[in-house]
Amino acid sequence: MDSIIKVEKLRRDFQVGSETVHALRGISFEVTAGEFVSVMGTSGSGKSTLLNILGCLDKPTSGEYYIDGTPVSSKGKDELSTLRNRKIGFIFQSYNLLARTSALENVELPLLYNPSVTSSERRRRAKTALEMVGLTDRMGHMPNQLSGGQQQRVAIARALVNDPVILLADEATGNLDTRTSYEIMSLFQELNASGKTIAFVTHEPDIAIFTGRTIMLRDGKIIRDEPIVTQSAREALDALPPAQDY
Amino acid sequence: MKFANLLKIAGKALLRNKTRALLTMLGIIIGIASVIAMVSLGQSSQRSINDQISTMGTNLITVMRAAQRQGGVNIGSDNLQTLTAKDVDAILESPYVSMATPVVNSSDQIVYGSRNWPGSMQGGNPDLLEIRKLEIASGTNFTWQDVTNSSKVCVIGQTVADELFPDGEDPVGKIIRFGKIPFKVIGVLTPKGQNQMGQDQDDVLIAPYTTVQKRILAINYLHMIMASAASEDVATLAQDDVEEILRKQHKIKAGQEDDFRVRTQQEMLETMESVSGFLTVLLAAIASISLVVGGIGIMNIMYVTVTERTREIGLRMSIGAKNRDILLQFLFESTILSLIGGIIGILLGLGLSYAASTALNWPFVVSTTAVAASFIVCAATGIFFGWYPARKASSLDPITALRYE
Repeated sequence: MDSIIKVEKLRRDFQVGSETVHALRGISFEVTAGEFVSVMGTSGSGKSTLLNILGCLDKPTSGEYYIDGTPVSSKGKDELSTLRNRKIGFIFQSYNLLARTSALENVELPLLYNPSVTSSERRRRAKTALEMVGLTDRMGHMPNQLSGGQQQRVAIARALVNDPVILLADEATGNLDTRTSYEIMSLFQELNASGKTIAFVTHEPDIAIFTGRTIMLRDGKIIRDEPIVTQSAREALDALPPAQDY
Repeated sequence: MKFANLLKIAGKALLRNKTRALLTMLGIIIGIASVIAMVSLGQSSQRSINDQISTMGTNLITVMRAAQRQGGVNIGSDNLQTLTAKDVDAILESPYVSMATPVVNSSDQIVYGSRNWPGSMQGGNPDLLEIRKLEIASGTNFTWQDVTNSSKVCVIGQTVADELFPDGEDPVGKIIRFGKIPFKVIGVLTPKGQNQMGQDQDDVLIAPYTTVQKRILAINYLHMIMASAASEDVATLAQDDVEEILRKQHKIKAGQEDDFRVRTQQEMLETMESVSGFLTVLLAAIASISLVVGGIGIMNIMYVTVTERTREIGLRMSIGAKNRDILLQFLFESTILSLIGGIIGILLGLGLSYAASTALNWPFVVSTTAVAASFIVCAATGIFFGWYPARKASSLDPITALRYE
């Protein structure tokens, strides 16, 4: 199997005043193509720091990180930007959609920073991405005309549009109710089934059960890394009591 | 990063906040509009002064008597009797001078029937009308024969005609009295209106200079000589030539003071232009202060925008925008704001100056230099005042920016 993410003895120290905080204390793991990994841990466990490094937003103090075979720690700022643009799809807890901008234009955004994509191709790919997340009939809607779940779907489409090697989700269901969370997780499972590699950061164990493998962090170290029995989000959704909103 | 994409990103960002963009532009619009309006109006007034002076004849050369010292005694120019008709003949020898006329002036009450009017009579030869760019509306000009005979004939201006013949009677052929001397009106001049000094150019009587000299003033010298340069281009040459001729005529030795002064209309024009030019510059300088204020307005808004859009900046960076892309986006936004504001301002300024110059009856002048300069100033304003906020935006750390609340 192709290695998508490979980290070796990753350390990240922060200088806070005169004190050095060790956020990551030597982490090694590998994610291969087609995996659905959840990274778990309480706040302060280092999972946000790990996510920033995996997302090429930050660089490790020592150790090496390879994304799709490319070593990251020697790259400059602009090269990191290009890596983010071509290899990574980000999904945030608070969606981070541009206000007063249609769903379609929000999804087009990453391709605007890729000079090799023409404007007609940009439109076509954005439409395809929105179809993949089931928002074919909402393309012209502004974010404030969409529900939280729909906004997160737009954000997922935006992450998919540049055809990244990995989707990085940061508490992607954190702002959603249980039903919508399950719907989103079901979408992630579909995407994973179609071959997408996904790393999902969460602190909720009942969301992590929908993934295929859990990496548990505590105090900057991996305390558990094992495959888990994947639950179907679709079934969990069906098992929920019927919606009370009538 | 493609230029077109950046333009698109910046344009869309501005369109998301139309009201704010418009209000920000307002500063630039007002600044540019006032600069354009001031410069245009300044040039319009200059043009209008120009036009008025050229109605008096741009080739006009006047020779006046000048005060002179004789043996330590300063003789006032009024008493100077050195300017004579012979000087006129001498001046006409110059190749740069096409026409010349002696001029004598006299003032007295004009009477016709029961009406009277304080009049000033100017005596000259038949060329006087052409030199002063005056035209006969009805009747005829006097002739060289009238000059030889010192005929008591005169041509009157419209104001004089209106005052003496209020009932629309034809003045031509009527006998009027200038002081005690009867004159026959043989022509009426086309009205010219006021000159730039506010003098009524139609309040005039023109007669042969010999008549004024002999029959009214009883003198044999001249008050003034008026001449016409062969063309506008040789006016200065003609001036020098006339000076030389007169020095010779009056036997003035080198180093001795002239007893005359030669003026061209061009000199007059330059004086007027330098005054109104200074005013234009002054007004434009004041107006450009508002342009600077407008620029600071843009900087202020862009600054607020950067803070307000921190998360957007973080997001753009996380999906692959380079620092340079962010810098250029914000720079483009401020430049687009100031350029569009500038274009609206230019149109508004031209509209204002058109309205004002129409109302003031001035010619409407579009100053291409002012338009081009304000366009460049706009672009520069956008870049200059957009630079600092854009720097701030591009130097944000994506991680912090994404978590910014």
